[in-house]
Amino acid sequence: MPLQNNRGAILFDHNHDGIDRRGFLKCMAWAGTGALCVVQGGVLKSYSLSDPSHLDKAAKGELSFVQISDSHMGFNKPANPDVVGTLKAAVQKINALTVPPEFILHTGDISHLSKSEEFDTVDQILQSASAKDLFFVPGEHDVLEDDGKQYLERYGKNTKGAGWYSFDKKGVHLIGLVNVMNLKAGGMGSLGAEQLQWLEHDVRDLSKSTPVVVFAHMPLWNIYPEWGWGTDDSAQALSYLKRFGSVTVLNGHIHQTMQKVEGNVTFHTAASTAFPQPHPGAAPSPGPMKVPAEQLRALLGVTDVNYVRKRRALAVIDSTLA
Amino acid sequence: MRKRSWILCVAASMVLALAALPTVEKSMAAGPPTVDVKIDNFSFTPATLTVKAGTQITWTNGDDIPHTVVSDAQSFKSKVLDTDEKFTFTASKPGTYSYFCSIHPKMTGKVVVE
Repeated sequence: MPLQNNRGAILFDHNHDGIDRRGFLKCMAWAGTGALCVVQGGVLKSYSLSDPSHLDKAAKGELSFVQISDSHMGFNKPANPDVVGTLKAAVQKINALTVPPEFILHTGDISHLSKSEEFDTVDQILQSASAKDLFFVPGEHDVLEDDGKQYLERYGKNTKGAGWYSFDKKGVHLIGLVNVMNLKAGGMGSLGAEQLQWLEHDVRDLSKSTPVVVFAHMPLWNIYPEWGWGTDDSAQALSYLKRFGSVTVLNGHIHQTMQKVEGNVTFHTAASTAFPQPHPGAAPSPGPMKVPAEQLRALLGVTDVNYVRKRRALAVIDSTLA
Repeated sequence: MRKRSWILCVAASMVLALAALPTVEKSMAAGPPTVDVKIDNFSFTPATLTVKAGTQITWTNGDDIPHTVVSDAQSFKSKVLDTDEKFTFTASKPGTYSYFCSIHPKMTGKVVVE
């Protein structure tokens, strides 16, 4: 349970053993409100974006990167007839950050129908972003028809299997996972045995003080299984990360921001740059949510992630496109 | 007045008969029976369908999100269906065919062919 509520800050107790589940904690920040989370010495603080005095402190760190997700290029239905315009707005938001991000993570559903012209358009728009590097993982919309062949040709250089990989930036170990391939009837997202084996091996020799960031398209925690919002074998993946002091899991797919802290792991889903989806169970299906045009950009957004080495802190800030 | 109504009535009957004729011909010429399955709100309706062998089944995607129709045993597999796109499969062999949307695997359905 939240320990206290002090001037807009909510404190969460982290269990350093990473096993104890006594504090199964939930912190949800719906798109549009925005939240800043700072993990410091095992304690996560969550601030409302409406209090800018806290944001300045957290904005300085050794590593700063941005997550965008679900650009669904090619989507043209009433929920957003201009996904080009909203992706450009996301890039403008990124380029306006005081500290230019080291890189951009795109957590999948780059395209709507896996068409090459859809990928081309996203690539062109992202070229104007201030970040030096771009990293991707596929969403289910990026691997339609061809089992991800085109995705791998475009974005999968130096990756393993269906496109999984890891890299290090300024002391942070980042891992991109693919959980949208070989989905089974009645199931949710899937990592598969081969990828799990690779993951176990990938983190085996890291020191437990290494901050770890895992990113994938579908949530690696069960948000709403009724709508398939989860990954069947995510518990196995997370078991390999228990010994680390700080693990941050970034996902997309559900087109709204949501956070949860469990033990040593902070889970975070990012907003879409294309269209919002309903809160779990709030509609008959998870289909695109049509909102009045003037409200749309308040429900879309980008996520800014900041790592401060000295404070052992990882901060996640959501901002809308409004 | 009375006579006029009578003529109108006869005329109307003739029109109806003429209109009905092509329908009769069409159904005779249409060949296999057809059944529709709707894809709406991330679900197949009806979720379970029982048909006679030889029935032509057509799925139509009414969602703003693409879906697929894939039998678990790969007996049939649609391409990706965008909004309003259709997939037709002729159920020739008796048996039970479980199927799902390979993009949203929580969406499942069943065709029973008698």
